[in-house]
Amino acid sequence: MVNFTVDGKNISAPKGTMLLEAIRSAGISIPTLCAHEAVSRSGACRLCVVEIKKGNRTRIVTSCLYAAEEGLIVNTKSDRVLNVRRLVMELLLARCPGSDVIQKMAKEMGIEPQTRFTVDTDKGKCILCRSCVRVCEEIVGVSAIGLFSRGPHKTVGTPYNEKSDVCIGCGACVYVCPTGHIEMTSTGDKRKIWGRTFKMQACTKCGKFFAPVDQLKFISKKTGASLNELTVCTECR
Amino acid sequence: MKENSDVQVHQVANELRLNYGPNKKFITVCAGTGCRAYGSLKVKEALEAELKKQNMNVEVLATGCLGFCEKGPMVVIHPDKYFYQSVKVEDVPEIVSKTVAKGEVISRLFYRHPETQKTLFREEDLPFYKKQLRVVFGKNGMIDPTRIDDYLTIEGYQALAKVLSEMTPEQVINEVKKAGLRGRGGGGFHAAVKWEGVRKAHGEPKYVIANGDEGDPGAYMDRSLMEGNPHSIIEGMIIGAYAVGSHEGYIYVRNEYPLAVTHLTMAIEAAREKGLLGKNILGTDFSFDIKINKGAGAFVCGESSALFASIEGRAGEPRAKYVHAVEKGLYDKPTVLNNVETWANVPLIINKGADWYASIGTEGSKGTKIFSLVGKINNTGLIEVPMGTTLYEIIYDMGGGIPKGRKFKAVQTGGPSGGCIPESLLDIPVDFDKLYEVGSMMGSGGMIVMDDTSCMVDVARYFTTFLQEESCGKCVPCREGVRRMKEILDDICAGKGREGDVELLEKIATGVADGSLCALGGSAPNPVLSTIKYFRDEYEAHIKEHRCPAGVCKALITYSIDAEKCTGCGACIKVCPTQAISGEKKKAHTIDNNKCTRCGACIESCKFESIIVK
Amino acid sequence: MTKAMSIAAKTKQIVKKHGGDKSGMIAVLQDIQEAFNYLPKEALKTAAKAMNVPFSRVYEAATFYTAFSLKPRGKNVVKICMGTACHVRGAAVLQDKFERTLGIKPGETTKDKKFSLETVNCVGACALGPVVVINADYHGQVTMKKIDKIIDNINKEGA
Repeated sequence: MVNFTVDGKNISAPKGTMLLEAIRSAGISIPTLCAHEAVSRSGACRLCVVEIKKGNRTRIVTSCLYAAEEGLIVNTKSDRVLNVRRLVMELLLARCPGSDVIQKMAKEMGIEPQTRFTVDTDKGKCILCRSCVRVCEEIVGVSAIGLFSRGPHKTVGTPYNEKSDVCIGCGACVYVCPTGHIEMTSTGDKRKIWGRTFKMQACTKCGKFFAPVDQLKFISKKTGASLNELTVCTECR
Repeated sequence: MKENSDVQVHQVANELRLNYGPNKKFITVCAGTGCRAYGSLKVKEALEAELKKQNMNVEVLATGCLGFCEKGPMVVIHPDKYFYQSVKVEDVPEIVSKTVAKGEVISRLFYRHPETQKTLFREEDLPFYKKQLRVVFGKNGMIDPTRIDDYLTIEGYQALAKVLSEMTPEQVINEVKKAGLRGRGGGGFHAAVKWEGVRKAHGEPKYVIANGDEGDPGAYMDRSLMEGNPHSIIEGMIIGAYAVGSHEGYIYVRNEYPLAVTHLTMAIEAAREKGLLGKNILGTDFSFDIKINKGAGAFVCGESSALFASIEGRAGEPRAKYVHAVEKGLYDKPTVLNNVETWANVPLIINKGADWYASIGTEGSKGTKIFSLVGKINNTGLIEVPMGTTLYEIIYDMGGGIPKGRKFKAVQTGGPSGGCIPESLLDIPVDFDKLYEVGSMMGSGGMIVMDDTSCMVDVARYFTTFLQEESCGKCVPCREGVRRMKEILDDICAGKGREGDVELLEKIATGVADGSLCALGGSAPNPVLSTIKYFRDEYEAHIKEHRCPAGVCKALITYSIDAEKCTGCGACIKVCPTQAISGEKKKAHTIDNNKCTRCGACIESCKFESIIVK
Repeated sequence: MTKAMSIAAKTKQIVKKHGGDKSGMIAVLQDIQEAFNYLPKEALKTAAKAMNVPFSRVYEAATFYTAFSLKPRGKNVVKICMGTACHVRGAAVLQDKFERTLGIKPGETTKDKKFSLETVNCVGACALGPVVVINADYHGQVTMKKIDKIIDNINKEGA
């Protein structure tokens, strides 16, 4: 266990715990958009920054990536921290004006849109947190989507914006997306995602369309389970 | 065995030195990037052909950059060391028949002191070189970088031989520590502290990397070192590898420097052949080899974790570095990453000793630093000076001041992470700490001089544009914040600035600096903050008076013709792409401001300086 | 068909030369561009398979680095240096001039495929500023007049 203080409160956490978890478990809230429990962390959104003091040195760190240390003095509400959070929210409000998640979050934090910024119309609700890309690589294991180009031109998608032949239509990316940017529509036995239409498998017991055939084939190939075993939905299993 | 290796290197060097003795007649031609562009390779070919024609057996060496790029191509005739500048192919027959054959000088080819008009015969007499201390960079002029034997004649690989035969790794680290060597790539981190960290770190293999991804715009000294003296970098790396216990090294070279790649590749191969690189170096148990990786156009790859990503074969995105590269660097293994100039300093420290090295420079910054002195300055080129030399000495004594008698405005140091330093601070001694104190940085050593025709808001906009394009796009403050700063600066330069913009820029800047994931974002606001700090009046003029005092921002200026100076020659009418200029021959012309796009074509074409920009 | 085959075959050869694994990615892309003057989709797909790397990762690298082009480039590549030294010596004016003369913006290629225009964030020849690099030749202290001459010369050579 390591002992440290957060906003004047004494806290202890198992060695190796990230500050984000340690602080939250002490009942202090920290905002974040990119830290999803299903995927590894990138530190992209910068909302979870806190100020730490070690000896005489004070600095801003990303709490989702910084492990708790003995004797650390953490400030989650310093002027510098609040200034970074305010800036990040203003920037995201201007980037994704249509995102209700960001609007709600800003409201809770008491942050108004910065009117000097011209709002974007071409970014949708994507904040480039990269959770979708990571889940596709780390959990699903197909890496159908990626982060292309760089700087202000960076986008998420499939290469060349074309239908991906490795995508299995599982929708994990939709599940982890914090803002609801990724579109997935299901009608009847069809599911549409990333520009590709997938045929859905009907459960052999209840008849509900429950998963894309491509996903079941992928699972079958990966686990060795026969396709027949997989055509029953989880509820009927 | 170990002693043998030492003797071996010394023997080779002594034999070779006889070939280049003090009375040996040979010619060096600068083949740095600048001189090449001015045709130095053609001059070299012409010299060789002419010598052959006149039956003279004199060797011509194509050397690395000599630094005085303003006056290229440069030719030096040894042993008299006559320093000829701006040499053309047409000058070659005369050089051979007079200077080489008879020792007679050709007066017009010498540099003339701009004030006294005195003819200066040798490099060391020139004001550009006089105050320099060229202990690292000066060797460029003595060797053909494609020949390892040349490097051996200037004590090359003797530091390595000494290290392998007489010193323990700890002693090497202590020597570098005592010398006080700090990283030349930007941050100024103590090299020995990194080395010690990697030596003690757990994990194998350990990597040694030379950062040659010179990305700061306006800086090209690393290029000139890699092209002009590749062995000095390689020798430094081998010594570093011995000190930290590494067997694998990389040199990461910028995509834009193909000649550097060629010369480094040749140098690595030659060093392997001589047993200076590879298995059992100089017959000892120590083995180390080097690979070259080319960048592909990404400024952010100068940042350590992005550089590692690039070598590993991924997009160069930095990651949060709460565990230092010393413990988890390339492939998550302990890694020493130093800039190429830092590596080139290492053999010097070993050869001349830490005490000698530490006697040069200031309290906190030891040794020399190579700077690229460019922009609005008379003597553009590369200079090497002791740390602590003042900006004034650099700009006026070596640089020869500002061209056309214009007024100095600022010097930009530290690349996009640095800032603009105004005239009132010209007497500060240049070192890592002092530059940081005044809101700039050492960076890799670019010094871009600006005069009263440079608009400081435009300069801030320039760097913000650069950084927006070079941001990897991973974290929000850098990707979005720098973009918004650029939008505001675009507005100000377009005459659409608003009250409160400067304050807003400052506010965004603080958030971007504090909130960004890596050093690129962390220092991205510096050009904006430093120009606001020292040139706030220019921002105010743009925003409140819709005026660009330097006459740069197109939306805020108009062109007109000074009727008294205009001779009515018609040159401007011919070049104007929008037919905005009219007038009869031999009568003063006029510009229609509705048609004028302020492209500058008329200014370039006018021999009488009659175009007025306001 | 034969062209597609040759792209794939050449790409496989390149991947093999660089050890066949992921660490050679940047060098592989550089060699592909060297071979075809740009990065053909076919080559990227082949390289991904040959290196056993997801296609999306290859595309990430191909779009991240500015030295890579996903579109075929012209016979002559004009690179205008945008370094600080060139900027203060009027690089922006030269960019305007090239755009006017060639009728294209940076990142574009003329219809006759003769010229591509690119900007580079410093080519490292700062003493010569403003600098323009055309193919492998450095042109220093470039003026608008010089640009006309350079383009004329290239057009003449090509004819």
